[in-house]
Amino acid sequence: MTASILFFVLATVAIAAALGMLISRNPVNSALWLILNLFCVAGLYLTVNAEFIAVIQVLVYAGAIMVLFLFVIMLLNLAALPDLKRVEWRRFIAFFLGMGLLAMLMFVMASSLEMLPDPVSLETAATTGSATELAKVLFTRYAMPLEIIGILLLAATIGAVVIAKRKPV
Amino acid sequence: MEITLNWYLTLSALLFTMGVLGFLFRRNAIVMLMCVELMLNSVNISLVALSQSMGDTAGQILVFFVMSVAAAEAAVGLALVIAIFRNKLTIDVTQINLFKY
Repeated sequence: MTASILFFVLATVAIAAALGMLISRNPVNSALWLILNLFCVAGLYLTVNAEFIAVIQVLVYAGAIMVLFLFVIMLLNLAALPDLKRVEWRRFIAFFLGMGLLAMLMFVMASSLEMLPDPVSLETAATTGSATELAKVLFTRYAMPLEIIGILLLAATIGAVVIAKRKPV
Repeated sequence: MEITLNWYLTLSALLFTMGVLGFLFRRNAIVMLMCVELMLNSVNISLVALSQSMGDTAGQILVFFVMSVAAAEAAVGLALVIAIFRNKLTIDVTQINLFKY
């Protein structure tokens, strides 16, 4: 019972935070709403006993990525963008595209309800989500992808520095 | 009321749609990048829920990799935003139209 109440609270706050991110005019407010959303998602990971992923979510997303976003917003000293004078047809098309996508996702989900797997027991789920179990496969079976991810992060760091560097005139 | 896998998948679909809507609606390039993060996150929710309900670690390893790629994407994307801001003094995507037409 507690788990279901927790799920509904976290899910509602996550959706409200996502909405707040979409409609707030100031980019700083958007970033703060997104941080709230990320924390709620970390809580949702805890409700399915995925402890390792929940901790990584807070560390990497809320700790590193969002700090980067806030830092860039601060660096560029952005105000809210001015309103457009003309009617934007882009927005109508965007709305219908988004609703069509939602309808499609819901249809696929509803049509495959019987095919969903039977859930395993809570104890098994707690073992699968633990850092011990994940580290075992991460450093044996998935060791190669892990190394490649390391190289990717290095390349992204170097690329970001090169792109953002001031060009000599 | 029992919380089943469907609820997690539905929440994931809703958040993904909101990310797509934000990406299409907003004109601020940084907020668009944040919407991409929201989309990646919603996919992570469904991956973790499925992985936990099937008792398989592969889904959570994939989530780990998705987070790394998201970090790399955010770093490069924000560097591009800074580079564009240096040249155009705006991050309004409707003003950045050098390659349009």
